[in-house]
Amino acid sequence: MSAEAELLWHGDRDLKGVDAVVVPGGFSYGDYLRAGAIARFAPVMESVIEFANEGGLVLGICNGFQILCEAGLLPGALLDNESLKFVFRQVQMDVVDRNTPFTRNCPPTLLAPVKHMSAVLLAGAGPGRAQVCGRSQPERLAGHIAGVVNIAGNVFGLMPHPEHAVDPLTGSEDGLNIFESIRAAVDERVRVA
Amino acid sequence: MRARVLIRPKAGILDPQGQAVERALPALGFSGVSAVHVGRLVELDVDDATQLPSMCERLLANPLVEDYEIIENA
Repeated sequence: MSAEAELLWHGDRDLKGVDAVVVPGGFSYGDYLRAGAIARFAPVMESVIEFANEGGLVLGICNGFQILCEAGLLPGALLDNESLKFVFRQVQMDVVDRNTPFTRNCPPTLLAPVKHMSAVLLAGAGPGRAQVCGRSQPERLAGHIAGVVNIAGNVFGLMPHPEHAVDPLTGSEDGLNIFESIRAAVDERVRVA
Repeated sequence: MRARVLIRPKAGILDPQGQAVERALPALGFSGVSAVHVGRLVELDVDDATQLPSMCERLLANPLVEDYEIIENA
């Protein structure tokens, strides 16, 4: 797929006219205080919040997901993994809702790696396959949640790393489907505009 | 003014750190321990103590899952 990536600096409010924003994973501020709690106030996040409030597409991956929760763009809050261990493995996810700009081109299941110390708390979580969920209030979600879309459908948080599932070298190319979904959604908006 | 903020997991929130400590204490020979919870302490000098609740709500605690307690002139 073809798309241009523009690296945006956390201290710079300029989004440089991008069509979609990806808030990547990592260990922003060493997870000090709470994961994503400090990065949430980075100058660029003011612009990202404005972009999201105007309907712009925002994808947050892992720590990015946590930052979006801290920023109030997604429902939920983080808790440490129950095992208190850093988890690193491939997860098979069910795509529960294909009616979002991020999952429209996705097959029914996706394989991608998770690498995290803290997952997102969503009330009612229990045993079950990881799910990529659509627009729901957190109280109604059940099972292991891998990803959540906001009510408006333009902000998506995902714990597994789709960007690490784009080449057979790392065991899965399923992550490409998410980026292709975003690409298709952006193309549609551009045609309509 | 010196202030101290105690941040605790809300009642009912899963607290794996607290559980880990609760399980570790008997291994050291301590019995009769239960309901262990682990939180955070933030200590700071402030010019204006009226700003403390806002600092807690916005940054120091996550009000979704944490309670906070402000101790002034700590």
